[in-house]
Amino acid sequence: MADTATFRIWRGERGTGKFVDYKTEISSGMVVLDAVHRVQATVANDMAVRWNCKAGKCGSCSAEINGKPRLMCMTRLNQLDLTQPVTIEPMQTFPHVKDLVTDVSWNYEVKKKIAKFKPRKPDAADGSWRVQQADVDRPQEFRKCIECFLCQDVCHVLRDHHLHDEFIGPRFLIYTAQMEMNPIDTGDRVPALKEDFGIGYCNITKCCTKVCPEEIKITDNAIIPLKERVVDVFFDPLAKMFK
Amino acid sequence: MSSIDVPLTKRGFGETRRTDNWWVEPLYIFLGYLAFIIYANWSLLTPTHFHFVGGGADYISPMYSPLLTQEGPVSASGLTTDPGPTPSWWPSFMPIAFSPAMLILIFPLAFRFTCYYYRGAYYKGWWMDPPSCAVGEPRNKYLGEKYFPLIFQNVHRYALYAAIVFIFLLAYDGWKALWFGPEGNKHFGVHVGSLVLILNPILLGMYTFGCHSLRHLIGGKKDVLSDSPARKKCYDCVSGLNKNHMKWAWISMFYVGFVDFYVRMCASGTWTDWSIF
Repeated sequence: MADTATFRIWRGERGTGKFVDYKTEISSGMVVLDAVHRVQATVANDMAVRWNCKAGKCGSCSAEINGKPRLMCMTRLNQLDLTQPVTIEPMQTFPHVKDLVTDVSWNYEVKKKIAKFKPRKPDAADGSWRVQQADVDRPQEFRKCIECFLCQDVCHVLRDHHLHDEFIGPRFLIYTAQMEMNPIDTGDRVPALKEDFGIGYCNITKCCTKVCPEEIKITDNAIIPLKERVVDVFFDPLAKMFK
Repeated sequence: MSSIDVPLTKRGFGETRRTDNWWVEPLYIFLGYLAFIIYANWSLLTPTHFHFVGGGADYISPMYSPLLTQEGPVSASGLTTDPGPTPSWWPSFMPIAFSPAMLILIFPLAFRFTCYYYRGAYYKGWWMDPPSCAVGEPRNKYLGEKYFPLIFQNVHRYALYAAIVFIFLLAYDGWKALWFGPEGNKHFGVHVGSLVLILNPILLGMYTFGCHSLRHLIGGKKDVLSDSPARKKCYDCVSGLNKNHMKWAWISMFYVGFVDFYVRMCASGTWTDWSIF
């Protein structure tokens, strides 16, 4: 590995700004977030970057590295071509705040619109339920989500078509699937999936799955099964007949 | 739904800061489908040599199975049957000759066209919506599968039902490919063509029985799977195949083309159908 590398980092506020090249020392085992911190500590003390755990579990340091949505703390420098400047920019799908920081609060507003978990009556007198592990394997996969919003960032429905007011995005489709597939839950979110949540906008390009740092099979295990549940209710006359 | 009040930037077609060869995958998809579409159309418009009967064999091309129309007599070469007469209901003003494949291919093609894997792939490779992940698109308007015409993709499960019927039809063709000799006095045998035709429904089955819709219908729609071990087992099997749905989609698609080609080569006398035993 080279001893120094150039990082081309977006600097600016509220959507305006430019890329600035920073050449900094690097060492074996470094990740992109380490390099950003080194730049911040040495030559750009005012650079805004959001981070927390440095372990790929808090979902704070989401950015676009060489054009790909990734966690800075989980992108090792030896995965990148350091003979060229490494481009680091904020997520494109959310409003820009400063430098590498974006305002992701839209996601929290979306989450409020989704009907909450509605458990059935407890199975036991102590208020607990009896559930087989085989039945919660599916929703448990979705609970791995760290809400880094990289899937939201890469989803072209939001990123390119800006349908934020009609489509909830992959993150909240798996959140919905997590409750819909839970054997204890009694809520019905299928009509909302079709109309309010815009699941029909997803055209299954699997970009969300590709960028997920938790390797959740978002499309195959959450979105497509939800699409099929929508088909059951709205597009399959035979299923209705035999229900 | 919540809105974003800060204007977002719109990128131009192909605009990206990705530094990898992002265009390779959609290009391969485009070329792969194009190759199959060209071949399938050629096969469909060439309704000859699709039924090999040389040496008492009975190989039918999967693009012409099942035999829908009356066939003509065995050709002068003795290797194939002549195409039957054009059905009386075929409009005379049609610029192309009738081919039974027109009535057959519509079902497997509907299954593949509405397949969740194919949809994601051709939206990228053919429609550039998007060309690749985090790459700018050519159009501003976007309706997705929420509105006409792509809302019709929701018929996929009905195409699945037809595709499952075809698996059994093609399995029967594979069985017939194991019997040789004159009608009424056939004997068991294995030729290269027998293996070619038997492998076809197996590969198609690996693709069809890994379908996302089947996965839903067989168990995915239930929140509780543990109360029926048989259902759980079926769901796990379909899920296992589903993990490699893309791989089976490509392999089975090109293999169908190869089987058609093999039958045509044998029926035209270009290739010899070697006997194994």
